[in-house]
Amino acid sequence: MKNFKKYLFWFANDHVDFRLSEIESIVSLLKTTIKWKEKPTIKPYWIAELPSEDVVKEIARRSVSLKHITELWAWSSTIENLHEQVRKFSDDHLIQCPDLHQISFKFNVEVYCNTQKYSEKVSKIETFNYLPFKGRVNLNNPDITLTYIEYFGNDPNKVPEKPYHLFFGKMIAKSQRKSISDLSLKNRIFIGNTSMDAELSLIMANCAKVTDGDLVYDPFVGSGSLLVAAAYFGGYVFGVDIDYLMIHGRTKPTRKQARDKPRKNESVLANMKQYGLESHYLDVLVGDSSLPIWRPELRLDAIITDPPYGIREATEKIGTSKERQNSSSICNSETKFPSKVIYSFHQILFDLFYFSAAHLKLNGRLVTWIPVYRDDYDEDHYIPQHPCFTLISNCEQIISRVLSRRLLTFEKTKEPTAEELENFEISDSGFREKYFSYKHGRDLVSN
Amino acid sequence: MLTSRCLKGVVTGYPLGIVAKEIKIQESEFNKDFITRLIPKLDWNVFWSTAKQIGYEGSLTQQIIADYENNENFLKDVHHALVEVDIFEGELICPETNRKFPITDGIPNMLIKDNEL
Repeated sequence: MKNFKKYLFWFANDHVDFRLSEIESIVSLLKTTIKWKEKPTIKPYWIAELPSEDVVKEIARRSVSLKHITELWAWSSTIENLHEQVRKFSDDHLIQCPDLHQISFKFNVEVYCNTQKYSEKVSKIETFNYLPFKGRVNLNNPDITLTYIEYFGNDPNKVPEKPYHLFFGKMIAKSQRKSISDLSLKNRIFIGNTSMDAELSLIMANCAKVTDGDLVYDPFVGSGSLLVAAAYFGGYVFGVDIDYLMIHGRTKPTRKQARDKPRKNESVLANMKQYGLESHYLDVLVGDSSLPIWRPELRLDAIITDPPYGIREATEKIGTSKERQNSSSICNSETKFPSKVIYSFHQILFDLFYFSAAHLKLNGRLVTWIPVYRDDYDEDHYIPQHPCFTLISNCEQIISRVLSRRLLTFEKTKEPTAEELENFEISDSGFREKYFSYKHGRDLVSN
Repeated sequence: MLTSRCLKGVVTGYPLGIVAKEIKIQESEFNKDFITRLIPKLDWNVFWSTAKQIGYEGSLTQQIIADYENNENFLKDVHHALVEVDIFEGELICPETNRKFPITDGIPNMLIKDNEL
């Protein structure tokens, strides 16, 4: 068997629960394999074996939870042993390189869960002076970046005197994290109250395995923040929302400073143009996702969505609670906004699965959020089950002491039979009712 | 791709008629791979007659040509009619009930009234 090189995956310290799901989805998208040296944990680093450097670069190019990936030359729990390993690596692999005089280089020294002064950093670099690099130091565009990392554990209240682990190697690639600031909601033209932030949107597009030329759909599109991320990774995007004012950018503005000014030129298309992604914009339209508005033959590569939970935005569909009046005069009235009824989250999930079973391609992915009560969360009760879908991952984003939401990634593993298309059950978590009864209870106590 | 099946009593609701009052051309990057993958998903007859109706059929013919994967000019014409032509103001019309769905600012409004459900 070929001897794969070892690589150090170094992660940014947020959305810890989403890392594995993102990386595994990217690996699956690249149709490659990854072998973990130890089971991934909440530590900021994972060590893995990968078949080639190109694969490493591709993973880094897609990931936003990663910071960078380094080819590991040495890792140890003591500094003496680390230097020993680096020396040996240098003797075995570096000395014979013919152009050591021309290679420019720089050092990247990081400490995790501790701080370092500039002078300390320089003296750490000096300890590696036995390395045979004789070229110029180039801080902006070096041929090679050498990475030295000291890991002081995960608990900032118990920082040990010496690091638990030390790593040394050659940085292969930086991650896609820069796109988080490029696509930041702070500078986006059109946002809504519940726009998804850039990082989570990009993670969702990764979980959905969106790739160049994919047809990607969001049935609860809102301000289109998920579509921006999907288009960023090459998807061709479209979506539907029931809120006419939202889609046309005419609701009360979300940004505080802009509330007195009228809004204009705000739309999902304007966002796409802002990022140069308008080629990937197909359409958004006003419609009711509980109704069949697409022809049955429509096939999608991915569905990514953040359905309304009924807390910060209304869950509505068209309907009326009144007795239906049988007069033709009403049919011709020109009311712009139809009356709407409450559309429970449970019903939303049911319709979402109904739609996905019918319209998602085989092995296509459905990525969606569900709100949960942390106290009474259990998988059987909260996670939807469908005969044609397999749960790939389930990641928690904690919102408060009692609330969180979970990002669910499903893969369609089977085309539904006529029976399965109509008859399946989604358990009702009763989240919204619990939320308001909890709030009510708390208000009673505080009064 | 859209239908008016959501309307009460409408069985297929497809294809929707189209009235274009204002057309905008949104220049967009041609992606051969995407268009090639999209064509089998289209109902070619409907696509062609719709493009012809609004006057953007270009060199496209009623019958889809056999080896379109390798015909770049053909794919570019499909790309133009499908992606770049944007009906900014207009209407979509249900073939069975003649119910009109307005298009404003390039966004179709497929909402129906509760008594049409």
